[in-house]
Amino acid sequence: MKPALPHDAHRRLTLAWLLALAGSPHAAEIKTAEDSVDNERWRKVRASLFGERPITEDDSVVVLEAPARAEDAAVVPIAIRAQFEQAPARHVRKLTLVIDNNPSPLAAVFTYTLDSGRADIETRVRIDEYTFVRAIAETGDGRLHMSKRFVKASGGCSAPPGKDPQAAQATLGQMRLSVKPDAPPDRPVLAQLMISHPNDSGLVMDQATRQYTPAWFVRQIDVRHNGKLVLQADVDFAISENPHLRFYFTPGAGASGGELTAEVVDSKDLRFEQRTTLRPGAR
Amino acid sequence: MKAMPQQPLHAVPAALLAALLCCPPVHAADAPQAVQLAPGAYHLPGEHAPWGDQGRTRVANTGFVIGTRCVAVIDSGGSPADGRALLAAVRRVSTLPVCYVINTHVHPDHLLGNAALMQANGSGPPPRVVGHARLAAALAAREPYYRRAFARDVAAPSQDGLDRIAPPDVAVQETKEVHQLDLGARVLELRAWPTAHTDNDLTVLDRASGTLWLGDLVFEGHLPVLDGKLAGWLQVLDALAGMRATRAIPGHGRVFEDWPSALQPTRRYLQTLRGDVNAALDDGASLSQAVERLGLAPEGWLLGDAFHRRNVTAAYAELEWSR
Repeated sequence: MKPALPHDAHRRLTLAWLLALAGSPHAAEIKTAEDSVDNERWRKVRASLFGERPITEDDSVVVLEAPARAEDAAVVPIAIRAQFEQAPARHVRKLTLVIDNNPSPLAAVFTYTLDSGRADIETRVRIDEYTFVRAIAETGDGRLHMSKRFVKASGGCSAPPGKDPQAAQATLGQMRLSVKPDAPPDRPVLAQLMISHPNDSGLVMDQATRQYTPAWFVRQIDVRHNGKLVLQADVDFAISENPHLRFYFTPGAGASGGELTAEVVDSKDLRFEQRTTLRPGAR
Repeated sequence: MKAMPQQPLHAVPAALLAALLCCPPVHAADAPQAVQLAPGAYHLPGEHAPWGDQGRTRVANTGFVIGTRCVAVIDSGGSPADGRALLAAVRRVSTLPVCYVINTHVHPDHLLGNAALMQANGSGPPPRVVGHARLAAALAAREPYYRRAFARDVAAPSQDGLDRIAPPDVAVQETKEVHQLDLGARVLELRAWPTAHTDNDLTVLDRASGTLWLGDLVFEGHLPVLDGKLAGWLQVLDALAGMRATRAIPGHGRVFEDWPSALQPTRRYLQTLRGDVNAALDDGASLSQAVERLGLAPEGWLLGDAFHRRNVTAAYAELEWSR
C-alpha cells in the first residue's frame, strides 16, 4: 500500500513539477484535449496521488455536487456528500478534491475519522477554466471511488481573483465557528467554519517590478472536538477568498457539550485558532 | 498643430437624424460615430450583452472630452478593435493629442481597447492611463483570465492582437479630494471610491458641461453586476447622490438627464438583493440553496439570466460575515 501523502510543501512542489511537464492548458487545446475526461493533467495528478491503484468511477461512496456553470468564477459552491455514515466496518478515510484545469489542480485533501460522523464537506472553490472537478474517496479498506462533474467556467468579466483582498487582509485570521443546534443525540452534528483570509494564489506579476506577488493562503485546518480530530483539511488557493467549510462531527455516545476547536495555519506560517463551547445536552 | 474648434462640424440633431434615417454604412460596426452630449463632450454607446457572448465586445459606454490642449478618453471598449474604432471616432472630431485614457474600473469591456489608444499620437508621447490606485493590482490579477476568455469567446490572439493591455500609470487615491486633470481650459475631476461595483471604481466629472461619468456605479437597462461589495456600493450611491450634474453616463445604458434620481433603480435592486440574501441567511440556507431560491432576476432589467445568480452568490459570500 502506498504511504500516506505528506502534508507539506514538498508534495506540492513535486506536483507543480509534474504539471510543468504536462504544460498548462492553452487556447489551441481548450475545446479538445483539456475538456476530455481523460486529459493529460488528470493523468499526471492521478499518477502522482494514486499511482496504479484502481479507481471505481461511480457515486456509491461519495457524490460530488457542483454547478454545471460557475456563476462566479471566484466563488463556486461544491459539496461532497458521503453515502453512508462513518462506522468501523465502513468509513471514508480521505477525500481528495481535484480541479483538472486549475493552476493548482490538487485543491484539497480532507482526512476523516470515525468521530467525523459523515465524510461530507461543503466549500467554495475558484474555477479557472472549463474543467472536470473530481472527488476521490479512499475508504477504510483502501479502495478508491471517484465522483466527478464537469463545470463550465463563468467567463466574461468574472474571474477567480478575490473581490476585495485588501478588506480580507484587514480582518485576517478572524474566524467564525458554529454548530447547528438541536441535533438529535449521538447523531452527526453539522458545523461551519469561516476564515477571513485573502487566500491568494500569488500567480500575478506586478507589471512595474516584474516580480510575482507572494502567495498567501490557508494551507491547513484541523478541527477537534474535545481534543479528538474530526476533520483535517490540507488546502490551498483553489479555495475561495475567505475559506468556508461545512462539515460534520459526532460528539459521541454520552458526551455532553465540550469544545470544538479549529486551528488554522497559512502559507506564511501564521496560526489562528477559534473555539466554540457546545451546550451540554442541547449540543 | 492647430487646435480644432470644440464645436462639432455638424449639429447634433442633424447627425442623429442622419443616423436614424440613413441605412447605416456597411462598416458601421467598425466606424461608429460619437454622439455629442455637449460642446467638447462625446459618447459612444455600447450594446447590452455580456462581454464575450457570441463574440460581442462593444458592450460598455465609452467617450471622450476635448480641451484646448488635448483629449481625455473615458474607457476604451472591450477589445483592440473597439479601441481602434473609438480612436477613429475621436479623430473624426479632433486632431489634438490624446493625453489621458481614463479607466473607470478593471472589467474587460471597459479597458481592453487601451493598447489601441496608445497609438493615438503617432510619434508623440502616448496617452497616460489613469485609474483607481487599486486598478493596477486588480488588472494584474485578472488579465490572464481576460486573455483566456477573449481567446475562447472572441478571437484567438493571433487574429486580433490582444498583445498588451496598457496598464495604468496614474493612480488616483481614495480620498475625499478630487484628482484633477487639465485638458487645457477644461478640467476633469476624478474620484476614487471605496469598494463598490469593484474595488477600483473611478468617476469623472466634466465641470464645463456638467457631465458625470459614472463607470459601472450605476446601470441602466443592463442588470447591475456585483463584483465588489454590496454594502459599500450602497454607501457610494449615497455619496454620488450628493454630486450635482446636468447629465450622467452609466457604464451600460442610456445617458441620464435626470441626475441623481436616475440612480434609484440601481439602488433599489441592491437593497432588494441585500434584503433577500439576509432573509435566506436567517433561514439557514446554504449558498447553493440561496442561489436556487433567489435565482430569478427581478423584472425591469435585461441580462438577469447572465448576472443575477452571480450577484446572489457574491452578496451571500459578503453578507454572511455581517451576521
